[in-house]
Amino acid sequence: MSEINKRVGFYPGCSLNGTASEYKTSVLSLANAFGIELEEVPDWNCCGATAAHNLNKNLSLALPARVLANAAEAGMKDILVPCASCYNRLALTLHALQDESVRAEVEALIAKPLDAGIRVMNMIQFVQEYIQPHLDEKIQRPFFAKTACYYGCLLVRPHEVLHFDRTEDPQSMDEVMQTLGVGTIDWPYKTECCGAGLTMSRTDLVSKLSGNIVADAAERGAQAIVVACPMCHANLDMRGQQSSGKDTAPIPILYLSQALGMAIGLDEKQTGIGHHLTPVKPELLCAKQPEQIVQPEFKKEV
Amino acid sequence: MARIGVFVCHCGENIAATVDCGKVALQASKLPGVAVAIDYKYMCSDPGQTKIKEAIKEHNLTGVVVSACSPRMHEGTFRKACSEAGLNAYLCEMANIREQCSWVHEKSEQTTQKAYELVRTLVEKVKLNHPLDPIKVPVNKTAVVIGGGVAGIQASLDIANAGHHVVLVEREPSIGGHMSQLSETFPTLDCSQCILTPRMVEVAQHPNITLYSYSEVEAVDGFIGNFNVTIRRKARYVDEKTCTGCGTCTTKCPTKDIPNEFEQNLTTRRAIYVPFPQAVPNKPVIDREHCRYFNTGKCKVCQAVCPIDAIHFDQEDERIQLNAGAIVLATGFDIKRTDFFPEYGYGKYPDVIDGLQFERLASASGPTQGEIRRPSDGQIPKTIVFVACSGSRDAAKGIPYCSKICCMYTAKHTMLYKHKVHDGIPYVFYMDIRAAGKNYDEFTRRAIEEDGARYIRGRVSTIFEEKGQLIVRGADTLLGGRPVEIKADMVVLATAAIANTGAATLAQTLHVSYDAYHFFSEAHPKLKPVETNTAGIFLAGACQAPKDIPESVAAASGAAAKVIGLFSNNELTRDPLVASVKRTPAPPFSTCMGCMMCVSVCPYQAIGQEEIRDRQGKVIKVIAYINPGLCQGCGTCVSVCKSKSIDLEGYSNLQLLAEVEASLHS
Amino acid sequence: MNHEAQLASKIATETNIIVAKCYQCGKCSAGCPLATDMDVTSSAILRLLQYNTEATDTEVLRSNAIWLCLSCDMCYSRCPNQIDIPGVMDLLRQESVRQGCTNAAARNIVRFHRSFLDVVQQTGRSFEMGMVLDYKWRSKRWFDDLALAPRMFLKGKLRLLPEVVKKRKEILRLFKRTLFLRKNV
Repeated sequence: MSEINKRVGFYPGCSLNGTASEYKTSVLSLANAFGIELEEVPDWNCCGATAAHNLNKNLSLALPARVLANAAEAGMKDILVPCASCYNRLALTLHALQDESVRAEVEALIAKPLDAGIRVMNMIQFVQEYIQPHLDEKIQRPFFAKTACYYGCLLVRPHEVLHFDRTEDPQSMDEVMQTLGVGTIDWPYKTECCGAGLTMSRTDLVSKLSGNIVADAAERGAQAIVVACPMCHANLDMRGQQSSGKDTAPIPILYLSQALGMAIGLDEKQTGIGHHLTPVKPELLCAKQPEQIVQPEFKKEV
Repeated sequence: MARIGVFVCHCGENIAATVDCGKVALQASKLPGVAVAIDYKYMCSDPGQTKIKEAIKEHNLTGVVVSACSPRMHEGTFRKACSEAGLNAYLCEMANIREQCSWVHEKSEQTTQKAYELVRTLVEKVKLNHPLDPIKVPVNKTAVVIGGGVAGIQASLDIANAGHHVVLVEREPSIGGHMSQLSETFPTLDCSQCILTPRMVEVAQHPNITLYSYSEVEAVDGFIGNFNVTIRRKARYVDEKTCTGCGTCTTKCPTKDIPNEFEQNLTTRRAIYVPFPQAVPNKPVIDREHCRYFNTGKCKVCQAVCPIDAIHFDQEDERIQLNAGAIVLATGFDIKRTDFFPEYGYGKYPDVIDGLQFERLASASGPTQGEIRRPSDGQIPKTIVFVACSGSRDAAKGIPYCSKICCMYTAKHTMLYKHKVHDGIPYVFYMDIRAAGKNYDEFTRRAIEEDGARYIRGRVSTIFEEKGQLIVRGADTLLGGRPVEIKADMVVLATAAIANTGAATLAQTLHVSYDAYHFFSEAHPKLKPVETNTAGIFLAGACQAPKDIPESVAAASGAAAKVIGLFSNNELTRDPLVASVKRTPAPPFSTCMGCMMCVSVCPYQAIGQEEIRDRQGKVIKVIAYINPGLCQGCGTCVSVCKSKSIDLEGYSNLQLLAEVEASLHS
Repeated sequence: MNHEAQLASKIATETNIIVAKCYQCGKCSAGCPLATDMDVTSSAILRLLQYNTEATDTEVLRSNAIWLCLSCDMCYSRCPNQIDIPGVMDLLRQESVRQGCTNAAARNIVRFHRSFLDVVQQTGRSFEMGMVLDYKWRSKRWFDDLALAPRMFLKGKLRLLPEVVKKRKEILRLFKRTLFLRKNV
C-alpha cells in the first residue's frame, strides 16, 4: 500500500453502487495503489441521468446542483466521476450555472449556495492527471492483446462544454492503453452510441446498436473493449453479445480501471473482473504475473 | 535564282524517334534550288535559330523552309529569326513533319520518305513566295459605347479617364439603365440610385465624354481602328441647351394617362416627361406617339408655359456620322414580362407582379413613395409569396438557363418587405439558393435567420384568386413533396432575365454574333469574355449573359482595358496574308468584271467596291475592292471568283499548285 | 398562418436555439444512430418546426422520434450551424408530456423515465430493483429480461435494498419545487 498523499473528491453515482459495483471496486483499488484517497461527496444524490433532462429541465439542473453544492461545502475541488453519464450531467450543469440568472434560479431551488470553483473529471482525465505520471514504474503485466477503446457519446460531447479530447477519433483512452504495452485498434464505432437508457424500454434497439459496436471491434481484431462508463459496459456486456451470434467467443468488456488494475498486478478481487456477464480471461490479454502464478477465480456461468 | 535553306529539326525525340532527320536533310540538299540543308536537335532554341541566321547570311538565302513542328507553334519564332537576319519574314515557311508525320506514323523508311516529300512541297512553294510587309492600319482613338446602364457608364469613365474620347449612346431619354430603377442593391443594401447617380453626373460632366441620350446607333461600317458609326439622335422637341430643367412643362401637360415605363407600368406619366427625378440629362422629352399636339394638332400647353421657350415642335431627328476606333456593347438586359405563365396569373391579376415592379414599390421615389402596397386596392399586404425561378431553368418555357440574379434579389425583397412591414410574412418558393458571390450566402442566411423569410423548397403549381387574396399552391420537397397552400396578398414572380429588345437587330447592324437567346456571343467562353469575334467590338455587362452589378462593372472595366490597349497604338499591325483583286494595265485595268459575287460570300464583310476613273474623273469601271484591314485571309472569295481575279498572298493559286505538283512528283 | 406563440418561439425563448438556422442539409439525420427507426428524422423535425403552425407542431410532439432520440449529441457535434438538436428534443419531450400527446409506441419509454425518477424522489438515489418493478408494473411487461435477473443477482449486480440519502426532505422539496409530481402515464 502506498502512502496516501492525495485526496480527491469522488462521486460514484447510482450505477457504481448498484449494477456496476465492480467498477467502483476497481476504481478504489486503483486509486489506493497510487496513494490517492477518494472521498465521497457527502450525502450525494442521483444526478438525474437521462430521465430528468427528458422530462423536466429544472429538475435536471437541480439534482446535479445539489451534489455540487454538497461537494463545495466539503471543500472539494476536483471530483472524480467515473460514470460518463453523471460526468456529463454534472459538467453541463456547471456550464449552465455560468449564467447568472440560471444560477440564481437553481440556488433557490436547492436552497444551497453554489461554488464555481469545482472541477469534475471523468475516469480518463483522472488517470491522465493522477495515475499516468507514475504508471510506467508500476506495470507488472503488460498487455499483449489488442484492445478497442470505446468512448461512447458522453465523454467527448459536447466539446464546447467538456473541453476534453476531441469529438472525432478521440485518443485519450487509447494513449493510456498504449502505455500498457500494446496497440489499440482504429475503428469507426469509437463514439457511436450504445443505446444508452433505452436498454429496458427498447431492448431491440440497444441490441442492434451495441451488437454493431461489438461486432465491428471483433472483426477488426480487438480482443477486448475498454470502456469508461457503466451504462456502456452494461449494454455491451449484456446486450452486445445477444445479437452477435458468432461462433467465436464473445470479447470481454473491461473498465479502464480494471485494465489498469490488471496491468499493475492487482488480483481479481481488486479488479472485479469476475462479475462480468461476458467472461474475462486475463491470460488472454496480458502477461503472467511475474512473482507468483495466480489462478484467477472464475465464477461459473449460470 | 532560288537559294533555299532547309532546316530539319529533330525536336528532341519527337521527330528523330521516327524520322531519319539526317537523311531528310541529305535528300533535301539535292533538290534544285536548295543551297543548304542541315538538321539539328532543337531548331527553335537559341543555337538553332543562330544556325538559321548564319546560313541566311553565309549562303545569301532567298527563302527558308524549317521542317519541324506545326506552324501554329513556331512560325512566328522562325519568321522573326529570319527577319533579324535580314530576310523578309514572309519568305520563311514551315513544313510540319511532326504533327503531320512523326507523331502519326511508326518508325520506317516510308515515314522518312513522307517527311522528305513534305519538305519538297514546301521548297517548291517557297520558291514562289515574295516579300511582304505587314499592313498598318491607323487607329482612331474615339470609342463608341452603346448603352448607358451601369456597364456602359463604367466603360465610358474608364476609357475617358485614360485620356481618350468617348461617345456614349443611350436610347432612353436618360442614362442609368435598370440599376436606376432598383431600390437597394445586394448584399449591402446600398441605395441604388445613391451609388449610381454620382457616376451618371460624372459622365455628363466629363470633358472626354460626349453623351447622346435618346439616340440609337443606326449603322456601322468599317473595321477595327476605323469604324464609321451613324447615330440617329431622336428629336426631344426640347432644346437641351436652353432648357433649364425646371419641370414646369411636365406638370401642365394635359395627357396624363400614359403607362410609365420607368415605373414598370405601375403608374402613369405625361406626354412630356422626365423619366425620373435624377435623370441625366435632366431634360424632358416629348413622347411623340402620345402627344396631343402631334396627334390632333391642338394643345402646345407645354410650349406656352415654358419660361425660356425651349420647346420646339419642329425639331427633327438628327443624323450624326463619326469615326471610332472601337465599339463597346453595353446594352444590358430586360426581364420577361409576357403572360407566359398562365398558371400564375401574371397579367391577369394586378397583385401578381414581377421583380422590377416590386423594386419600384420599394423605392422611395416610386409610385407608392416606398410603401409596399397592392396595385389592386392600395392595401399593405400582410403576406407576400415570392416565386423564384419564374421562367428560368424551364426548358418547356424555352428558357433553360439560370438568370443568376433572382435568388439574390428575392432574398433582398423579403428583407425590404420585412423592414417596411414588420408584421408581414414573406414566403419564398425556391429551387436552389444561388448565392455564390462575396458575402452573398451570408446575405441570404440573414434574410432567413434575422428577417424571418420563410423559404420553402419547391415550385409553385398554380396561383388563382379567391375573395381578394391569391391562393398559391406549392410543395415542400424537403418533406417529401408535401403540398403547401398559402393565402397571399401579393405575389412577386422572379421572371427570367432576357436579352434587351432590339439586341438581335443591333447585333446584325454591327456584324456581331449572338446566341439563341439573343445574348451577344463572346469570342471565347473562358478566356475572352469581353471580346467578340468582330475585331474592335467589345462586350460589357448583361448584354452578354445575365449578371449582377459587380460582374457588370468588372466586365465593363475589362472591355475598357481592351479598348485602352488598342488605343495605345497609333497604328495596328496585321498579317499581310490577305486577298486582293489583281490589277492589270489599261484597258481592262483588271480581269474583275464587277459581278460582286465575292461580296456576298465574304464572312467578314471585307469586300467593297472600287471605282476606276479616267483622268477626267469619269468612272470607267467598278470592280471589287478587298479591305486589307478587314480581310482574314480565308480564301472564300478566291474560290468563288469566276474570272480568277482574286488571289491570296502567301497562299496564291500558283503557290498551291506548285505544292500539289511537288507532292505528286515521285 | 400567423401563429407567433408556437413551438419555434418557445424553443428560442427557453433554450436560445434558433430553428431558422437549419438549412436542411441532412447531416444530422445522416449520422443519427436511430434515424432508420424514427418516424420523422431530426432534419424533418427541424423543417416542421420552421413551419410554425399548430398542425406541424402537433405532428412533431406526437412523433415517436423524439422519444427514440438518445441525446447522444452526434448530430450536435456535426451540425454546420451548431444547432443543439438534443436540446430541442428535450424541450419537445417535456412539451409532449405537458400537452398529453405522447406517441402510443413511446409510452413505455416515458414510463421507464417516470419509474426512474419515482425511485429517486423516494430515496434520493436510483435503485434498480425498485425501478424495474415499478416499470414493469406501469408497462405491464412482466416477463422481459426475466432470464437476466438471476445471472445479474449471482454476479452481485442486483441489490435487494435501496440506499437512501440522509436528507430525504431536501430531495422531496426539490421535486416539489420543480413541479415534478408523481403521475401515471
